Amino acid sequence: MWHGDYLFLLRNLILKDFRTRYRNMSLGVFWSLVNPLVMMAVLTFVFTKIFANPMHKFPVFVLCGIVPFTFFSQAWASGTTSIIENAQLIKRVPVPREALPIANVLGSAIHLFIQVGLLLAIALAFRTGINWYWLWLPALWMCELVFVCGCALVCGALNVYVRDMRYVVESACTVLFWVVPIFYDISVVPAKYAEIYQYNPIAALVLALRTILLEAKAPRGPLLIKLFFVSFSMFVLGWAVFRRLRRRFYDYL
Amino acid sequence: MEVIQFASVTKTFSLHSERMLMRGYLSRLLKRGNSGRFVALKNISFSIPQGQTVGVVGLNGAGKSTLLSLVVGLCPPDEGTVTVNGRVAALLQLGAGFHPDLTGAENVYMNAALLGLSAKKTAQAFDSIVEFSGVGQFIQEPLRTYSSGMYVRLAFAVAVHVEPDILIVDEVLSVGDQAFQQKCTNKILEFKQQGKTLLFVSHSAHAVQDLCERALWLDHGELVMDGDAGEVVSAYEGQGRLSVGKGRP
Repeated sequence: MWHGDYLFLLRNLILKDFRTRYRNMSLGVFWSLVNPLVMMAVLTFVFTKIFANPMHKFPVFVLCGIVPFTFFSQAWASGTTSIIENAQLIKRVPVPREALPIANVLGSAIHLFIQVGLLLAIALAFRTGINWYWLWLPALWMCELVFVCGCALVCGALNVYVRDMRYVVESACTVLFWVVPIFYDISVVPAKYAEIYQYNPIAALVLALRTILLEAKAPRGPLLIKLFFVSFSMFVLGWAVFRRLRRRFYDYL
Repeated sequence: MEVIQFASVTKTFSLHSERMLMRGYLSRLLKRGNSGRFVALKNISFSIPQGQTVGVVGLNGAGKSTLLSLVVGLCPPDEGTVTVNGRVAALLQLGAGFHPDLTGAENVYMNAALLGLSAKKTAQAFDSIVEFSGVGQFIQEPLRTYSSGMYVRLAFAVAVHVEPDILIVDEVLSVGDQAFQQKCTNKILEFKQQGKTLLFVSHSAHAVQDLCERALWLDHGELVMDGDAGEVVSAYEGQGRLSVGKGRP
């Protein structure tokens, strides 16, 4: 029913999201640098000064956890409310509905790019050096984007029918902060649980990032396979659920 | 060629569909059944050939908006089929996606993308859109600085540049000053002359009579009458007077 220019639409939705978020702030995009830096400083203080910790280069170590986690939780939460917040569009324009959560996630990804830059800069400042395995990084971040899009499609669609979805997502993110190895190393997790960790793409991404940045090694194959598999399955699931639920968006908004 | 075709279309809405929380949802799931559905359109069939100007009349809640949203493709019907051939532009979409913090120009691009214009077409039409809207230098200012008249003018300017095959016009034309209203009416007549299909929705029976050759009369979701605009409008007005008369003691 909608014969438009999909890329032009996505670009405009992303730009709108980005502009409206920053136009009235004095510090603008610097906020996406301030937030992870503050988190890094606090966690480094707590886990080196209060609780002793054997990890070297702890700020880099912890930032490898903070950057994927903050992007995921922020993009997931805002993707979940994207359909409801655009109710006026759904009620008036036959625009492809899945463009809304996807544009929302991609809009948040602009911060992710800035934060990844920050992570790499801090890593270099701690003399980790550049290695060939850095070439893996774009593919790894791509997986996270795909995974978040899947989550946003499912929860964004469900949120239309069940308005407390937002709170479910917020609680899930709080839990996730503890079950993703952000401030602790996977080696301290008992072996039988460590296996399960790898099925969480966010945890898998954190582990792969540390292997590349801190150990200068190639991320392990089985870990990567799980990361790719779970991320893309989530996207396919999200797409399927969304297509099923979107028929009645108009009635419920 | 038929551009709009409704075949035994029924559309219902759930009565408890707003703001449902988990609790309500669960209890509904447990109870089963779709108790309390509101029938917005009941077994409607009609077809509109290309180039015809059709008015839709009816009281509030008669199903006019639902009919439009089906034509635009915002929601699927529960039963029957809706077939629409060609690009639809609806003035009920006026200013869709407008954001007060974005400049006029940014909003034009956003709105054009939503209405289905390509990047190239939008760039080509941009100057003409700005000129038609008459907002002038304000195009680089945030939308929140606009007067309500300027807002509507800008929105209308984008809508008419979408080059639709089917134009849906509703009450929006009552905004703006005399000069702009004249401009809008001219634009609509121009569409008509180009052989485009027009669907005109109004409470005002006179406007329908002036502009349309054919009219549909909806009442409580049913198609009461479909025919020559003059006849339908006089029947509709007669009925209106009758029901007002009945209401008196």
